[in-house]
Amino acid sequence: MTEIDTFRSETRAWLEANCPPEMRKPIRSEADICWGGRNWTFQSDAQARWLKVMAERGWTVPDWPREYGGGGLSPDEARVLKEEMQRIGARPPLTSFGISMLGPALLKFGTEEQKRHYLPQIARGEIRWCQGYSEPGAGSDLAGLQTKAEDKGDHWLVNGQKVWTSYADKADWIFCLVRTSMESKQGGISFLLFDMETPGVSTKPIPLISGSSPFCETFFDDVKVPKEQIVGEVNKGWNVAKYLLGHEREMIAGMGLGTSGSSVTLGSVVKPTDPLLRAEIAAFDVDALAFAAMSERFAAQWKAGEAHPASPSMMKYAGTELNKRRNELAMAAGGSDALEWDSERSTGGATARTWLRSKGNSIEGGTSEIQLGIVAKHILGLPA
Amino acid sequence: MSTHTDDQKMLQESAASFLAEEGGIARQLRHWRDIGCKDGFGHGLWKQFADLGLTGICIPESHGGMGLGMTEAALVLEEIGRNLTPSPFLQTAVVAARAIDGTAHADRWYPGILSGEVVLALAVDEGPRHAPEQTALEARRQGNGFLLNGAKQFVVQGGSADMIVTAARTGGSPGEREGLTLFAVPKDAAGLGIDNVALVDSSKAARLTFADVTLDADAVIGEVDQGWRPLSRALNAGRAGAAAELVGVAAGASAMTVDYLKQRKQFGKFIGEFQALQHRAAHLYAEIEIARAAAFKAAELLDSGDERAQLYASVAKSKAADVASLAVREGVQMHGGIGMTDEHDIGLFMKREAVLGELFGDVYYHREQVARLSGY
Repeated sequence: MTEIDTFRSETRAWLEANCPPEMRKPIRSEADICWGGRNWTFQSDAQARWLKVMAERGWTVPDWPREYGGGGLSPDEARVLKEEMQRIGARPPLTSFGISMLGPALLKFGTEEQKRHYLPQIARGEIRWCQGYSEPGAGSDLAGLQTKAEDKGDHWLVNGQKVWTSYADKADWIFCLVRTSMESKQGGISFLLFDMETPGVSTKPIPLISGSSPFCETFFDDVKVPKEQIVGEVNKGWNVAKYLLGHEREMIAGMGLGTSGSSVTLGSVVKPTDPLLRAEIAAFDVDALAFAAMSERFAAQWKAGEAHPASPSMMKYAGTELNKRRNELAMAAGGSDALEWDSERSTGGATARTWLRSKGNSIEGGTSEIQLGIVAKHILGLPA
Repeated sequence: MSTHTDDQKMLQESAASFLAEEGGIARQLRHWRDIGCKDGFGHGLWKQFADLGLTGICIPESHGGMGLGMTEAALVLEEIGRNLTPSPFLQTAVVAARAIDGTAHADRWYPGILSGEVVLALAVDEGPRHAPEQTALEARRQGNGFLLNGAKQFVVQGGSADMIVTAARTGGSPGEREGLTLFAVPKDAAGLGIDNVALVDSSKAARLTFADVTLDADAVIGEVDQGWRPLSRALNAGRAGAAAELVGVAAGASAMTVDYLKQRKQFGKFIGEFQALQHRAAHLYAEIEIARAAAFKAAELLDSGDERAQLYASVAKSKAADVASLAVREGVQMHGGIGMTDEHDIGLFMKREAVLGELFGDVYYHREQVARLSGY
């Protein structure tokens, strides 16, 4: 038996013994996702236990180094773990912006002290992070942001407003882009970390068309941030921001695979009977299965350093457009059943709410049009 | 496995430089078209394929081949597609080679494939749309052998083939998978009529008529009535292979178009500066990447004998045909007037896509397969 085979059989046995049966059921809604954090209330004992045992092994972040709370797994081992979890339908023990966005940026740009301080907390699900990027006047043109951080000697003084801050009202800390110089647009941005309980921080949820409020307006009024809570150099935050955006796009692109994260076809779920709708769903399923193959290939190429640096934009664009199409077709297949908004029969209007929420996929994290522009310019080399 | 091994990358690089040098449009496609070649491809180039060992990619090492698989064949086919190279590679070295694999016919035909002296073809379709289960060509037992009556069409390179792998019905009724048998039909069989037809892309496909064609029992490939399995094996290899070739066609057309966007000026600027065109080009880029991933996924699954290979052969064929169609339509449109001329190569991509898109089942056939295999 090769080493990787041994790892697989040990992993399989460990998962069998340690993954609670409740954590092997498909995720039905947002409520089943474990986000962690200081104020987190576990949905069940099983959810708490699953996070605890996985975090102890470093398997909430399998490929991070062990000294920062990770599992220290090789890319092959991480892949095997993922496959074995998928095999039994195990839910991710923890989902967070710390894992998918801030962590990778800290691993690349953080000081040793920052890594040792922040990363293990993320790995154990103790701190829930939110992302302070967009502003009322800086959406697609993100680098035009105006939230200001003044150097006051022993601290930064932050004033301004963010918008579309995902789960700001539930988050413990924020990673935030601020303007530290007016001299240059992209070259005047810095990347700060601070506690959302700091005096002067307030949040206001934004009700969406889907009926939920995952995003907030976030206000900073004379917020004092300790000087050392900056990632990378002063005025060099745009590099950190861009690197992190690559990870965000990769994560959002994954939505193309559906909430189950697998390549289950839409047709096999909704069983269309109308022949013309069935034909459209079959065409969609071809695209979805092809995209599942692309995701696998992209992940392998990205890890091997063979992917173009701008390729997350391509994945984000394709994945989110696909997810919107999936939801359009799910609504069509549901007919008038899918229009129910709060009935028990419709699980609280899940189909309609998911459909409406999916419209944001191709807006958040850079619109489809922004992604296409990046592909055109940086991959195809078309003139600006 | 989703990135290629070093060996595969080397094969891809050598196939790319060989086909760019020797298999280019002016040297092959236009040349054979303009002189009215009856084969639609050059035997000299086929011999060069053999000299490089490429014709033996899918032939086992025990028979003197390279003993590789569909992934390697797909790497070569993408380059064939990019250069629109007319070649018997897909029909002979992939599809027919797969059909006769493990049978006595392999001993008979593999040496000729390896030396580049033999061309083989596959006869399946009997109507204008691909429907292998509907095979009706009758093969009746007569003495020790069989008597074949019926017709086939869209037999690619059938007019150039030394032997045609032919699907016939020895039992059951059209619509059933049972009762099919594959036969090795020699080109000079008495009663075999061959009408060599030029297609839209200047390749050749034959319409065959079988009028009391008499075959010995040893013409059977595999088992009588059990032809569905080897036929599917050959067709799925053909589908994954055609998908890879379509990806090459799409990539070739797209590269030509993006170059044009960087050269052509109107209103005092490069037309590639217009966002309306940039976004369409970027969308096409994403689609080609996805189609390539699907094609190689199908090849990989066929190589590993995975149960999802059937599903992904259909996904790959369907996706690659959709995307290549988009690539050639955008190609002609973005080239403007010059794209409509015979002088410019972009239209040749459109013609090739039309034929490859139909081969071994079009997008509608394969979407139907995906729906059925997914249980709806």
